[in-house]
Amino acid sequence: MFDSRFTGFGIRELGIGKPMSKKTALSVKDLSVVFDDENNSIHALENISFNIRAREFVCFLGPSGSGKTTLLRLIANLIKPTTGEVNFMFGHPPKIGMVFQQPNLMPWRSVLDNIKLPLELENDVHAHEKALDMIRLVGLTGFEDSLPRDLSGGMAQRVGLARGLIHDPDLLLLDEPFASLDALTRERMWTELSNIWQAKQKTVIMVTHSINESLFLADRVFVLTQRPGKIKLDMPVDLPRPRKDDIRYTSQFGKLAKKLRSAIE
Amino acid sequence: MPRPYEKIMKTSLSRLLGILSILLFIPLWELIVRASNLPKFILPSPMDVWTRFLKSLNDGSLLYHTSITFFEVLLGLLAGTLFATIVGYMLAKSKTLEKILSPYLVASQAIPVVAIAPLLVIWLGDGILSKVVICALIVFFPVLINTIVGVRAVSSPLYDLMNSLGANRLQILLKLEIPASLPVLLGGLRIGATLSVIGAIVGELVSADRGLGFLLQLGDFQYDTSMVFVAVFMLIALALLLYGMVTLLERRFLRWMK
Ligand SMILES: Nc1ncnc2c1ncn2[C@@H]1O[C@H](COP(=O)(O)OP(=O)(O)OP(=O)(O)O)[C@@H](O)[C@H]1O
Ligand SMILES: [Mg+2]
Repeated sequence: MFDSRFTGFGIRELGIGKPMSKKTALSVKDLSVVFDDENNSIHALENISFNIRAREFVCFLGPSGSGKTTLLRLIANLIKPTTGEVNFMFGHPPKIGMVFQQPNLMPWRSVLDNIKLPLELENDVHAHEKALDMIRLVGLTGFEDSLPRDLSGGMAQRVGLARGLIHDPDLLLLDEPFASLDALTRERMWTELSNIWQAKQKTVIMVTHSINESLFLADRVFVLTQRPGKIKLDMPVDLPRPRKDDIRYTSQFGKLAKKLRSAIE
Repeated sequence: MPRPYEKIMKTSLSRLLGILSILLFIPLWELIVRASNLPKFILPSPMDVWTRFLKSLNDGSLLYHTSITFFEVLLGLLAGTLFATIVGYMLAKSKTLEKILSPYLVASQAIPVVAIAPLLVIWLGDGILSKVVICALIVFFPVLINTIVGVRAVSSPLYDLMNSLGANRLQILLKLEIPASLPVLLGGLRIGATLSVIGAIVGELVSADRGLGFLLQLGDFQYDTSMVFVAVFMLIALALLLYGMVTLLERRFLRWMK
């Protein structure tokens, strides 16, 4: 299923050991965000501090409204924090691939052209071929020329995912990218994503509501509290890789899942 | 699944109805002429108008005057649209600029173009320029308003997308703002296109020695009512042509909206 031609890495490099390094890639310090409307102000995030290492895969869990999306938007520099700062230790600014909570496609562009967009902005001459490869990867072959209005929710989300990955970003910001997929597709996407992550050595920050998903994918899981969002738990996931489907029946997985569940409630 | 032949049937049926209503208009007109028994210089019959049409077509005067008006309308429409989209874009992007300029814009709309047309003719002469400017003025406002509405309505998550990809201002304009606001913008152009014909005629009626407005006035002075009818029909044809051009643009660029 994993297409080594696409990533340019042989199978030999895959799945053995963790590609994470010791270098800090991103540091977030004393971050607070207050949204001010005319008559009320919403305290979305409070005193968030953490470091993420290069090539680390990090998940954020938390109740609805705890500021997860806000945190990703801060890291992508789409909004400014009220206090605190976000610092990147590599590439200024780093190349970002963002997958939004809603598919967020351009309704006037076909599937292919939506996926091509990041490469168009870089004037990549191989945009077309790369987009076709990406379409194959997310299982949308045959829908190249379809318009977003003709796609199901899950298909649209996969287009968004393909668009987030195509330009080979250093930092991937994923906002519940698999929420609207069926169980089978979702698990296939987990495998694809961890393959891409291991082969291409990206730093990934992913928001999810699924404990299983976070344990299947992440090196580290953060749990945020109710609004205003604070870090309640910072838990390393020391499960061996590659993680196969049946890892969820191991006692270690069960222990970590239990810890996360009690932190969320 | 929508069945294609049903769709074809439906559109050809509505087209048929349109043609039918136009065809019915002529015998109805003829009927009124015969029943009322009015003199020709008050209400000419369809045949009178047709004969007059052929005559002015043969001596070349009709094409000459029509092309003059068409040229004025086209230039005015282009200039008005260009100016309105640029100003509209700036207004959509800057609340301050909008606050400064909006009193003038609203005031300018309170003045009927007919009232300032003579002024413009005095200032700019009675050649083509004054007509183009009047035409542009009348086109300006609807296109301006639609540009502002269209640009303001661009989805903010798509701005997030473009910014997360490090897009520059020009890329955001070309790949997001223009395509996203095009439906509303073309709606403004549709209104502007029909109004632009009025603009040119108003200018020509004030003072001109050519164009369909001039022909209209000439017919009026000479009690050549058939000629007035011919000129009016040419104006309708011009407006329909422009309307059709906008429809073609919509077909070409808004296919994604079905
Ligand atoms: N631009 C904004 N202006 C005002 N308030 C905002 C804005 N963006 C987010 N908020 C508020 O900040 C809080 C956190 O929102 P956010 O979208 O980050 O939550 P979330 O954790 O992603 O929730 P969910 O799981 O439902 O997606 C919410 O109360 C939201 O209403
Ligand atoms: Mg969210």
